[in-house]
Amino acid sequence: MATKASRSAARLMMAPAVVLLLGWMLVPLTMTLWFSFRTYLPLRGGDQGWTGFDNYVRFVTSSSFWPAVSTTLIILAGVLIITIVLGVLLAILLDQPMWGQGVVRILVIAPFFVMPTVSALVWKNIFMDPTNGLFAHLWKFFGAEPVSWLSDASIPSIIMIVSWQWLPFATLILLTAIQSLDSEQLEAAEMDGASPLARFSFITLPHLSRAITIVVLIQTIFLLAIFAEIFVTTGGAFGTRTLSYLIFQRVLESQNIGLGSAGGVYAIILANIVAIFLMRIVGKNLDN
Amino acid sequence: MSIKKTLLTSVVGLGLTVGIASAASHSTTITIATVNNGDMIRMQGYTDKFTEETGVAVEWVTLEENVLRQRVTTDITTKGGQFDIMTIGMYETPIWGANGWLVPLDDLSAEYDVGDILPAMSGGLSHDGTLYAAPFYGESSMIMYRTDLMEAAGMEMPDAPTWEFIAKAAAAMTDREKEINGICLRGKAGWGEGGAFITAMSNSFGARWFDENWNPQFDTEAWANTLNFYKDMMDASGPAGYATNGFNENLSLFQQGKCGMWIDATVAASFVTNPNDSTVADSVSFALAPDTGLGKRSNWLWAWALAVPAGTQKEAEAKKFIEWATSTKYIELVAENEGWANVPPGARTSLYENPEYQAVPFAKMTLDSILSADPNNPTVDPVPYVGVQFAAIPEFAGIATEVSQEFSAAYAGQQTIAEALEKAQAITNEAMEAAGYK
Repeated sequence: MATKASRSAARLMMAPAVVLLLGWMLVPLTMTLWFSFRTYLPLRGGDQGWTGFDNYVRFVTSSSFWPAVSTTLIILAGVLIITIVLGVLLAILLDQPMWGQGVVRILVIAPFFVMPTVSALVWKNIFMDPTNGLFAHLWKFFGAEPVSWLSDASIPSIIMIVSWQWLPFATLILLTAIQSLDSEQLEAAEMDGASPLARFSFITLPHLSRAITIVVLIQTIFLLAIFAEIFVTTGGAFGTRTLSYLIFQRVLESQNIGLGSAGGVYAIILANIVAIFLMRIVGKNLDN
Repeated sequence: MSIKKTLLTSVVGLGLTVGIASAASHSTTITIATVNNGDMIRMQGYTDKFTEETGVAVEWVTLEENVLRQRVTTDITTKGGQFDIMTIGMYETPIWGANGWLVPLDDLSAEYDVGDILPAMSGGLSHDGTLYAAPFYGESSMIMYRTDLMEAAGMEMPDAPTWEFIAKAAAAMTDREKEINGICLRGKAGWGEGGAFITAMSNSFGARWFDENWNPQFDTEAWANTLNFYKDMMDASGPAGYATNGFNENLSLFQQGKCGMWIDATVAASFVTNPNDSTVADSVSFALAPDTGLGKRSNWLWAWALAVPAGTQKEAEAKKFIEWATSTKYIELVAENEGWANVPPGARTSLYENPEYQAVPFAKMTLDSILSADPNNPTVDPVPYVGVQFAAIPEFAGIATEVSQEFSAAYAGQQTIAEALEKAQAITNEAMEAAGYK
């Protein structure tokens, strides 16, 4: 139906949006690439010219690099596992007819609307503080020694905070998926004598696989860049320095823009590697 | 109805007044970036007096310390020009002054009397003998201790104790049942938090950050001694989770009566002796920060100061404000309204010669502490840098933050002190290489 003229008109009309999107993405990316090849020390006279791959070599050979990468991946894996396992369970629970369903659902989703800095502060001061925190009082009540969460169990603490924030997101997506599950199918299986566990693993879980894929992919993109929770709670101490935090330290604390930009390029590469891996693993689900 | 109407007219009237006021002052408004410390907040309350005297209006941007540092650093390096006056410290001033980013304060009026500024302060806020920032208040660090607990332990605090005595006294005062910790010290990561404390402490153990050729010195025995002593003492007599305690955490512990001793900023003295905030206000006394007999004490030196960034359009007005805010007149103004204990301390010699101020219990020990810190010769062995609890080079803040993170991890028991020092050495070496020192 489309004539040559209407197709070119469509292209012309799409052009502003495409140009805007390209600019939105390409300008920061190009600048990061540009700076990553320069010696740029704002406190030492600014941009001091080309330096080749020095920044890249320096960033990777730094003693902080590999620990930062592994911390990033550990936090990512921990949060993904917790949010998906608990998310599936919560979604099934919320799908049951019960009194006050609407209110309960809103309450479950609420943590997602709390700003990361705020929730991190609340966890740090109200729950995890070893002297005045709620957990400390709980531990003392049972006669145990209070745990200094953020220093003695720093990575689990951060995983806990971030999971609490992202669990509602996983629950929400998985809940809508469960609601789309045909209840007649479940009834038929029940009549054929399938146990609840069998119904879950052969009907519900396969039905959810696509939603789980989406949750994994979207969360991965956001979790690779978590920053506020670490900045507020530990400030990168106690082995919680992720790759994005390391880049922040290089750029703002050490005032070395070139080195930080090189780190930024590595972060892009890492994000792509992780994304490709996850796509491969869970991608099969999308094909079905 | 009539109430509504009155309300409406008064709101409109108020809006008009504000509008007129802002229009009138439009040409002479200066913007000041400052830190959210008590003394600065107090100064903001007196802004109207300044505007009354000079006709210059003031707009405040008040930020938390770390955020302030990043904002003003970004502004000055990118020549952003957002501020006419910046509140900066002893660390930034010599570096920025050397880069030509600050307006030299060499033409202040005779009435202002630059010579009255404590030499330790003006020395730390100058580069090549030119003053680049005027101190609003200055501080050192000292021991604050509970006289009642000290007495109960059967000990007596000398005016200038040693670390050995402090460790012994801390152990004697500790009573875990009653939640009393013998000693509270900063362990929190960050160059201005635990990093500042441990650096000042290391000076008294004969350690230093760099040798004369800018080689990092964390592989020396002096550093190992410092950290081992600190950790042993804190594990035995410090509060739980001390690796995350900074100034504010320790202040609140001390005010709740949970610390026997606390070594921290001299400005804290007015908070712990204020009966409105502190449960132990009437049983606090002071002593010089400890040493080990090597000739250097473990107290630091710091000042929050006002500086004018080069390139501002309102240099004259900005200088007028600086002269007003850091003058003896301002100190008298605060004393008159809020009492001598609440004036900004540590900046002027004349304040300590004032008999009314000498009656304040912590005045003498504050001055003695400030006078015993020497930023130009901070360590036992010679060093190429200026600064007591820092080295005034641009890379220091970044390096010291990462190093103090390794230290905090060691305090928390996540790694040994030897491992932490090894990592600190590697981090510092890398950063110094990246900065072109080698």
